[in-house]
Amino acid sequence: MSTKQRLDGDILAMLKDVMEDEFPVLIDTYLIDAAIRIKALREALNEQDAETVRITAHSFKGSSSNIGAAPLAELCMVIENSAHKGQLAGIESTLDEVEQEFMAVKQVLSEL
Amino acid sequence: MHDDRGLTILVADDTSTDRLILETIVRKEGHRVISAKDGVEAVALFVQESPDIVLLDALMPKLDGFGAARQIKALAGEQLVPIIFLTSLTDTESLVQCLDAGGDDFLSKPYNRVILQAKIKAFNRMRAMHGTMLKQRDQIILHNDHLLQEQTVAKQVFDNIAHSGCLDASNVKYFLSPLAVFNGDVLLAAMRPSGSMMVLLGDFTGHGLPAAIGAMPLASTFYGMAHKGFAMTDILREINNKLKTILPVGVFCCATIIDMNFHKGTMKVWNGGLPECFLYRAASGEVESVRSTHLPLGVLDSKSFKDDCLNFELACDDRFYMWSDGIHEARSVDGDMFGEERLVQVFKDCVKPEALFQDVLGKVQAFIGEGEKDDDLSLIEIRMELPENILSKSVDFNASRGTGLMEWSLQFEVKPASFRFFDPLPLLLNILVEVPGLSSHSGELYTILSELYNNALEHGVLGLDSCLKKTADGFGQYYSLRQERLEKIDQGFVRFGLDHKTGDNGGSLMLTVTDSGKGFDHQLIQSCELKMQGYCGRGIPLLRGMCQSLEYLGNGNEVKALFEWENDS
Repeated sequence: MSTKQRLDGDILAMLKDVMEDEFPVLIDTYLIDAAIRIKALREALNEQDAETVRITAHSFKGSSSNIGAAPLAELCMVIENSAHKGQLAGIESTLDEVEQEFMAVKQVLSEL
Repeated sequence: MHDDRGLTILVADDTSTDRLILETIVRKEGHRVISAKDGVEAVALFVQESPDIVLLDALMPKLDGFGAARQIKALAGEQLVPIIFLTSLTDTESLVQCLDAGGDDFLSKPYNRVILQAKIKAFNRMRAMHGTMLKQRDQIILHNDHLLQEQTVAKQVFDNIAHSGCLDASNVKYFLSPLAVFNGDVLLAAMRPSGSMMVLLGDFTGHGLPAAIGAMPLASTFYGMAHKGFAMTDILREINNKLKTILPVGVFCCATIIDMNFHKGTMKVWNGGLPECFLYRAASGEVESVRSTHLPLGVLDSKSFKDDCLNFELACDDRFYMWSDGIHEARSVDGDMFGEERLVQVFKDCVKPEALFQDVLGKVQAFIGEGEKDDDLSLIEIRMELPENILSKSVDFNASRGTGLMEWSLQFEVKPASFRFFDPLPLLLNILVEVPGLSSHSGELYTILSELYNNALEHGVLGLDSCLKKTADGFGQYYSLRQERLEKIDQGFVRFGLDHKTGDNGGSLMLTVTDSGKGFDHQLIQSCELKMQGYCGRGIPLLRGMCQSLEYLGNGNEVKALFEWENDS
């Protein structure tokens, strides 16, 4: 799906530099926030609520991008675009991919 | 405001991760951060904290970034509050939407610290510039209001002075551009006690306050002197002196002054710097032009100033036209000037003289059309008319002429204690030059008064013999004797009697000088006067040349000199 790095080292380095002592807080915040977004995506998909799917995927894309998780952000964009077109059919499997990618990202982040 | 540090920056983002990153970056730059989780919160915080710069996420719950941006821009009014959209939106339509909502820039995710710093700096510079611009704009508005107010006051004051004249007379038609601000053109008209009408059209260099400053003394001098009956040349000289004294170099008044005498059917014209005036002859339909032959008022000092006027005989219904250069320089839409040729043509085409004024005005206004009215149109027509046919609300043209001081007399006696130190001549002369008509004869009057007084004092009161002055030695002896007797004097008098009458064409002044001396054989003197030579006896023949009559009465201690003068118009 993507040849990009799972987590961009440069972005992480910048964040460490900027956040200093707050860096672990930022990572924790992201992990909690991400788990909430994935849960919200599942629920909205069950309810066939395309607008909530789109907005939630958009926000998740933004925060993932900011943390340097480009592949995860790209998966979110696929969901956002499909929801925007009203095509909820193929989203289920993409969401599974999102969840797997997030677990991988979480693994890397916790090892930092 | 120019300090890039210490700004208050509003961050609105619904994702806590993003918010955390932004807050930290901004705070590290030394700014104060206030955070909102959605659009509604962002607007509320904006109202509460008045942040300097706003960072807005595009998609947020409750109220999205677009809606929040619109509200914030509306609340900010004319203050510049830069809004930077935080977005991972990349499609053109969304970016356009951000700008339409009032966004000033974008910051895309992932956030880059260096770029954000640069943007905050750039927008703070813009804010400072905008603030300076607003401050200066307000100052300009304030100055402009002030300026207009001053000019309005100047115009009001000027209007009050200028419009006390008789421009409403039935033989006068005039047009002045209706401008709120004084445009430098002055039109004054006054009736003189002799029954003639004096009209002045002036065009000051410049507009507004500087022009109005000169117009005030011009108008007050004109009306003040015209009503008292001073001659046109005296008024011209006085106005020129006043303006020359008051105005800075380069500010002056081009003017034409006329004095139209309805009783005699005559007109005097002085033109200094205005375009040539036209005299339209009713009988022949021909036009005579009166060119400027002088420099404008306020240019020359009183020694160099020339007051010579042109004189015209006018018949009833002859019309005199004066204008400022606004008529000649009136521009059409294409930028052409109306010019003298077109003006002359209007007069050539004239069928009905009574419509000439409207013709000229109408032609000029039609020529300008929708063009720029960049100069001032001032135009006046004065028609020769029988005095009884002239109607005016402000002046009664049929009132008996020469109202005011028509006939008066004065007795003045110099007593012994005053002879030694007091010279009565300046005092008497001061009185005489205040009398309209006499003011232009001050030189002759001084000579007459001085001769009569000295004779009365020296030969009468002091009893000195003029024969002493026949030789050079005697001349010296005469003056030491004079001094000696003056110092001892304790009795005697010299009495002046002044009787003045004003008539239609001028006036007469009878001077009577009586002294306490024993007199002399004036019949003998008068018979051999012409033979007298040398140091004495020059006085009497000189006086005879100036006075209409000069006669000694009684035993020679009383002399009557009659001085007559004619009106200048």
